[in-house]
Amino acid sequence: MQDILSISQELSRGLFVTISILIASSLFAYFMGFVSGLLRLSKHTIIRKLTGLYIELFRGTSLIVQLFWLYYAIPMLFGINLGSNWIIGVIAIGLNYGAYLSEVVRGSVEAVDEGQTEAAIALNLSSFQKMRYIILPQAVRMMLPEFGNYTIQMLKGTALVSLISLNDILYYGNILRSSNLSQAPLIYLVILIFYFVLALPLIFLTRKAEEVSKKGVAN
Amino acid sequence: MNYWSFERFFEAWPYILKGLHITVGVTISAFLFALIFGFVWTFLRRIPERHINWVVTWVMEFIRSTPPLVQLFFIYYAWPEIPVVGVTLSPFASAVVGFGIHFSTYIGEIYRSGIESVDNGQWEAATALNFSLLDKWRLIILPQAFPPTVPMLGNYFIIMFKEVPLASTIGLTGILHMANSFGSEHFNLIEALTIVGIIFLVLSYPSARLIKKLEVKLNTRFDKNQVIDPVE
Repeated sequence: MQDILSISQELSRGLFVTISILIASSLFAYFMGFVSGLLRLSKHTIIRKLTGLYIELFRGTSLIVQLFWLYYAIPMLFGINLGSNWIIGVIAIGLNYGAYLSEVVRGSVEAVDEGQTEAAIALNLSSFQKMRYIILPQAVRMMLPEFGNYTIQMLKGTALVSLISLNDILYYGNILRSSNLSQAPLIYLVILIFYFVLALPLIFLTRKAEEVSKKGVAN
Repeated sequence: MNYWSFERFFEAWPYILKGLHITVGVTISAFLFALIFGFVWTFLRRIPERHINWVVTWVMEFIRSTPPLVQLFFIYYAWPEIPVVGVTLSPFASAVVGFGIHFSTYIGEIYRSGIESVDNGQWEAATALNFSLLDKWRLIILPQAFPPTVPMLGNYFIIMFKEVPLASTIGLTGILHMANSFGSEHFNLIEALTIVGIIFLVLSYPSARLIKKLEVKLNTRFDKNQVIDPVE
C-alpha cells in the first residue's frame, strides 16, 4: 500500500503533461476534423483532392512514425526549432486524429437527409446559412459518439510522447522501473490505472453522447 | 544539421525492408491471437449472470481504454517479475500477446454485433425446428452472423498493422526499428523514417480500399433495404 502511494505520487508529476497534451491535441484534432471534413465536400476538385491527400497520408501511416518524423523533420525542413517537444506531440496527435475525425464529419454531413438541403435551397438560404443553421446542427449530434471514441484513442496516443522525452505519466513510470526492476508489475499496473481513471469521464461522456445522438431520430 | 540525401534514401531501402517480415509476422500472429481470444470475450459476455457480465464488461473497457504501449511494457518488463506465473517473453512474443489481447476486446465486440444482427425469428425458427444447440449455432446463426463482420475485422487488421511499430520500443526488429538503427548510424533519420511511412502507406491504403469494396458488396448481398453510398 505504501508502495502504491509512493508510485502514484511519483507518477502524478506527469499528469500535467499528459492532460495538457490531451486537451490541446484534441482541440486541434477537432478543428482539423471539421475543416478537412467540410473541405472534403467542397465543389472544387483541387481542394477535395488535396484534403483527401492529407487524410489518406495521416490515416495510412502510424502515429508513432508521424511523431518521430515530425520530431526530426520540422527542425530540418523548416530550419526552425519549435522550442519544445510539447508542441510537436500536440501537432502529431492532432494531425493524425484530425484525419480520422474528418471522415466522421464528412460521413455525418452526408448522412443528413437530402430533403433538408432541398428545403434550405427552397427557402433561399445561402450555402453558408444552409450549413450553419440546417445541416451542421443535425450532423454534429450524429458525430458526438465517434468524437468521444476518438478522444479516448487520443488519450491512449498521448502515452507515445514519452518517446520524444516529454515528462508524462509513462515517462516517470519508466524512470521508476529502471531504478527498481522488481517493482515493475506494480508500477505498470498503477500507470494503467492512471490512464483508466483519466479515460473514465470520457467513457461516460461517450455513452451520454450515444444517448443524445439517438434521441428523436426515427429508425 | 544535415539535409535530405537521395543517396542515403535509396541506400536505406534494402536495410529497412529486412524488418518487414517481422512487422507483418507480428501483425498476422497477433491478429490470429485476437481472433481466437475474441471468442472468449464474446462467450464470457453471454453468460446470463448480471455480476459476471458487469465484471467482464469493465475488464474489457479497461484493456480497451488504456494505452497499448503501456500494456506492451507491462508484458515485456513486468510479467517476468511476477512470482510463480511470470515468464520472460521475447519481443516478438510480447508484441503478439500484447496486441493480441488489446485488440481481442474490440474483436469480441465485433463478434457480438454480428451475433446480435441475426434476426430474432431465426433463433425462434431454429428452436421450433428442434435443432440441437450445436446445430443451431453451426447451421443457422454463425453462417449469418459471420459474413457481415468480415469488413470490420479487416479494418482492425489494418489498424493493428499500424500499431505494431510501437513494439520497436521493446526491441522488436521491425521496419521502424531498422529505420532507427540505420538513421542513427548514418545520421539520416528523416530519410529512413520517410521510407517507413511509404511502406505503411503502400501496404495499408490499397487494403483499406479493398475492404471498402468488400463492405459495399456484402451490404448489397445481406441488407437489400439499405441504401448504399456509391464508392467515391
